[in-house]
Amino acid sequence: MSVRAQSRTMFNKENIMSDIKLEIQKRILVLDGAMGTMLQRYKFTEEDYRGERFKDYPTSLKGNNDLLSLTQPKAIAEVHRLYFEAGADIVETNTFSGTTIGMADYNMEDLVYELNYESAKIAKQVADEFTQKNPSQPRFVAGSIGPTNRTASLSPDVNRPEYRAITFDDLRVAYKQQVEALIDGGVDVLLVETIFDTLNAKACLFAIEEVKEERNIDIPIMVSGTITDASGRTLSGQTVEAFLASISHIPLLSVGFNCALGAEQLKPYLQRLSNETEFYTSAHPNAGLPNAFGEYDQSPKQMQAFIEEYLQDGLINIIGGCCGTNPEHIKAIAEVAKKYKPRNIVCSSAVEN
Amino acid sequence: MNKQNKYLTLSGLEPLVVTPESNFINVGERTNVTGSRKFLRLIKEENYNEALEVARHQVDGGAQILDVNMDEGMLDGVYAMTKFLNLIASEPDISRIPIMIDSSKWEIIEAGLKVVQGKSVVNSISLKEGEEAFIHHAKLVKRYGAAVIVMAFDENGQADTYERRIEICKRSYDILVDKVKFQPQDIIFDPNIFPVATGMEEHRKNALDFFNATKWIRENLPYANVSGGVSNVSFSFRGNDTVREAMHASFLYHAIQHGMNLGIVNPAMLEVYDEINPELLELVEDVFFDRRDDATERLLDYAETVKGNKKEAEVTILEWRNEPLQNRITHALVKGIDAFIIEDVEEARKSVSRPIEVIEGHLMIGMNVVGDLFGSGKMFLPQVVKSARVMKKAVAYLQPFIEAEKDGKQEFAGKILMATVKGDVHDIGKNIVSVVLGCNNYEIVDLGVMVPPEKIIETAIREKVDIIGLSGLITPSLDEMVYVSKEMEKKNLNIPLIIGGATTSRAHTSVKIAPHYNHTVVHINDASRAVTVVGNLLQQDNKVFKEQIREEYDKFREQFLNRTKEKEYVSIIEARKNKLQIDWNTSEIIKPKQLGIQVIEAFDIKKLEGYIDWSPFFRSWDLHGRYPDILTDDVVGEQAKELFTDAKALLKRIFDEKLLKAKAVFGLFPANTINDDDIEIYNEEGKIEYKFLTLRQQSKKREGVPNIALADFIAPKSSGKQDYVGAFCVSTGFGTEELAKQFEANHDDYNSIMIKALADRLAEAFAEYLHKEVRVNHWSYAQNESLTNEELIKENYKGIRPAPGYPACPDHLEKTTIWKLLNVKENIGVELTESLAMWPAASVSGYYFANPEAKYFGLGKITEDQLEDYAKRRSISNEEAIKWLNPNLATEL
Repeated sequence: MSVRAQSRTMFNKENIMSDIKLEIQKRILVLDGAMGTMLQRYKFTEEDYRGERFKDYPTSLKGNNDLLSLTQPKAIAEVHRLYFEAGADIVETNTFSGTTIGMADYNMEDLVYELNYESAKIAKQVADEFTQKNPSQPRFVAGSIGPTNRTASLSPDVNRPEYRAITFDDLRVAYKQQVEALIDGGVDVLLVETIFDTLNAKACLFAIEEVKEERNIDIPIMVSGTITDASGRTLSGQTVEAFLASISHIPLLSVGFNCALGAEQLKPYLQRLSNETEFYTSAHPNAGLPNAFGEYDQSPKQMQAFIEEYLQDGLINIIGGCCGTNPEHIKAIAEVAKKYKPRNIVCSSAVEN
Repeated sequence: MNKQNKYLTLSGLEPLVVTPESNFINVGERTNVTGSRKFLRLIKEENYNEALEVARHQVDGGAQILDVNMDEGMLDGVYAMTKFLNLIASEPDISRIPIMIDSSKWEIIEAGLKVVQGKSVVNSISLKEGEEAFIHHAKLVKRYGAAVIVMAFDENGQADTYERRIEICKRSYDILVDKVKFQPQDIIFDPNIFPVATGMEEHRKNALDFFNATKWIRENLPYANVSGGVSNVSFSFRGNDTVREAMHASFLYHAIQHGMNLGIVNPAMLEVYDEINPELLELVEDVFFDRRDDATERLLDYAETVKGNKKEAEVTILEWRNEPLQNRITHALVKGIDAFIIEDVEEARKSVSRPIEVIEGHLMIGMNVVGDLFGSGKMFLPQVVKSARVMKKAVAYLQPFIEAEKDGKQEFAGKILMATVKGDVHDIGKNIVSVVLGCNNYEIVDLGVMVPPEKIIETAIREKVDIIGLSGLITPSLDEMVYVSKEMEKKNLNIPLIIGGATTSRAHTSVKIAPHYNHTVVHINDASRAVTVVGNLLQQDNKVFKEQIREEYDKFREQFLNRTKEKEYVSIIEARKNKLQIDWNTSEIIKPKQLGIQVIEAFDIKKLEGYIDWSPFFRSWDLHGRYPDILTDDVVGEQAKELFTDAKALLKRIFDEKLLKAKAVFGLFPANTINDDDIEIYNEEGKIEYKFLTLRQQSKKREGVPNIALADFIAPKSSGKQDYVGAFCVSTGFGTEELAKQFEANHDDYNSIMIKALADRLAEAFAEYLHKEVRVNHWSYAQNESLTNEELIKENYKGIRPAPGYPACPDHLEKTTIWKLLNVKENIGVELTESLAMWPAASVSGYYFANPEAKYFGLGKITEDQLEDYAKRRSISNEEAIKWLNPNLATEL
């Protein structure tokens, strides 16, 4: 269905998802900043993580941030609210580690559906509040899908290069479950992010396509890779162009990069990406590079200046922040994003299905 | 939509975009069990390491996509495909190119798709089993993110006419694009290349129909690509390489003209289109284009005349002389023929206004062809060195004319300093790399062997070189290279450093050298890679390449250091407790027939011919494989044969003209082990004369496996038994240097390298010969031994002859003891350099151990306690001991 055909029916609930495809043509969309950084401010204890429900859970649960959607839902909603207030158009669900693979660390594989479903609902509710307040700026929820802690194309054992700690099929099954729960919870878009091994991402895209086919739905997909360092490659060794070639077989809303680098270091790779792709582009860099203590200390002003360079060069359609960014950063980014036109795509067929 | 994305775009670690400018994408096909017997054998034997080498060879040879096929009845295809592709994923220099997952079984294709991160190509799907299966597979291929080869095949069979080809391709295309929503640029049609000239009437249009169908597809099915397996076309001429190679070249040429943009061609079975004998070409093309009723008969008749390939060679030799001048010069360079080069160059000189134009024009045109052929894996190293010989002769002839002009200066692509480091005398590899780089129009500043660091740095600065290349063979050279890199850093040089030589490794380079030098450091293990690396380093925009190298080495270092930490070691005290226990009460000790030192001077070197181990000889020329199988190898066989013929010819000259002198000294002495690790050597009166210090394995062993030292093979003094040990030094290097210089003076690098390579082989052969003489006659503990050379190479004999500097005894300092014990320098004139390399280079020295339980082993790494103990025994400082044993230390000290 073409964009124009969808626009005629945009108030139809079935097609509400296509709103983001419209908005992205009008302006640069602002994504939220880090969830983890914000949750640290609450200084939650083991008991806070557990809440009433998991009071007697046999495993230590502190550090399982995804679980806070069940045990501290108010805090999660508050973080979303702060980001929307700062000017974000899209917030990410608190589900970065929400697969059976990630939850295995806490023996919480069985909670995966609920975690994703509830996280999506919390975010969606806050988004709807803001949309109702100001219908001219509709707000969206992106279902955050992290890379898991395993790699499908790298061996963790240098002496057994043929060995893999996880297979494509394991990943596909785990991702599918997360995707279904996120969609059921009401996310507007799926965000496959922090991709350090492209094969993991391909398994996720495979799962998403399965769900789309089974449910006969179309949900926009954002893909965001991670360039690990100045080598300009993903952890699994691909260049920007090779990465792009590997994930472009499916119609995507956007492709971009996040994490590992600050806005300044990320720019040359975004430039290359922007030259090569007909999809919309996104970036959510870290607040600079970590200092000697592993902390991110780039100020909102500094980050804003680097981001403004992206905008001047017309590289970006969706912009936000990753590690170390907070609502102040997003506010600064939103301010400057308003001043520029979004990156131009030669033809809008990119969003056709 | 962005124009870029209407082109077939594939990826490994790097992208491959098939644009109209890409000409023709060559798919490497040797990693296919149905096409390569060797690869099949390796996979069956689970020899995945060597199988990976096959893949690497393909990539180095210029393959842009790697076809992997595991379809064989006896193989578990899913297992083999998964394992091999996983292994490839761990080799960045292979996995940089996209993979073609090739199978007729869907489950094998799917297994492959699940392990490649890049965008690969599925080979293949078709309508053979109907539309439903076709759509199902196509959907999955799309979902896995791959491109696809579609065979012109449907429910009624394979397309064998023009009409059927376009009908099936059109139908497949429409289903893929309209129903499956497959991106049209991701479709690659294989419209079936069938054999021609089979004698069957219905095969007459096989080639023509393919060409026309290809053209139709490219014109009528937007963005689709065409591929094919070229060797099929010549199927009926199997065994007749002259005809086949011509057919492949011509077919490929016309197929590309008609729009085929990727495919499988074996470069070893391909003549250069422009070099096909015109008569043969006409006959071949008559068949392809179905131009005459008797085309097949005429080609078959011709084929009969060239069956014994030899005659053909002679005919063409005469014929190429009738070609225009440039063609003759190019031909001479490509084929390495120097017989006519002077007259051709003279003719060229007369045709231009300035002699330099011959180098920049005629000769460079020819060398560019050589460079391209080498770069694309169509020429091999020995051929390139021969080309260089022709080039050098031509340049030498022109030099006086050029110098007569004032500003006649040649333009080079870059300047490269080459040196074998201080203390080392081995230069075969360095010379090969110099020649190959020279062929690619780099100016080489070769400082020779034993070059001190000051001279390297001073020359680099003065000559403004673009790259420094360091070479070395013995282990102390590794430290010397570290030293050079530190000095370069101190002097603030920013010249890229290239490391090469037999004992060097990526591990050593990344762990020990790269951290000391803040600029690019690259390890190169063969000459063909040198050209690519140097090319990348010298291109204008080399920042990315340099960063990649840095990153790769940093990563490698990290992994390597993590790995070494995992090994477990035992203390030297425990290792000694776990030494190899020989029962000295029952073990037979034979007293040598003759004790003391003997010198062999007037030795007939011809006797050594039968003792030569040829495999390492081929390896020194970058031709890998075991002799004699290598002579019939699919890929390098032809070259190996030619090289072997040349080697035999020079060897004959060495024998007939007595060009090299062989000398040897050896001695057999009473000896006993004391304090577990030292071997005392006694003189006739039983007084201690010298002591051999041995080193003991310290890695933690399985239950029942000893921690060995060479001293374990000699009876301890406490046993009360008198035992014996021997030592030797042989050399066949006398005369090598002079001969090499003579060849160089004649601009003949090929033979200059050859003579050194042969001298090395002869020295090893001499060591083998002398060891046998000692076993059978002088010590005579194996009087009745009768072993073939092959058995000798496999070390089937009793007793061993380990050499200092090699795995059982990495301690080079032991050579100083042997030199004193045998008076080596005075007796035969072989000397030791400051790094304890032997001079002349073609020399071998070592010990003799006779005990039947003596065997070769590798010391592995040792820990600090043994090092300190060793320093005490050797009466040297710990620092000095660290310097000599550095490569064997488990931890950095």
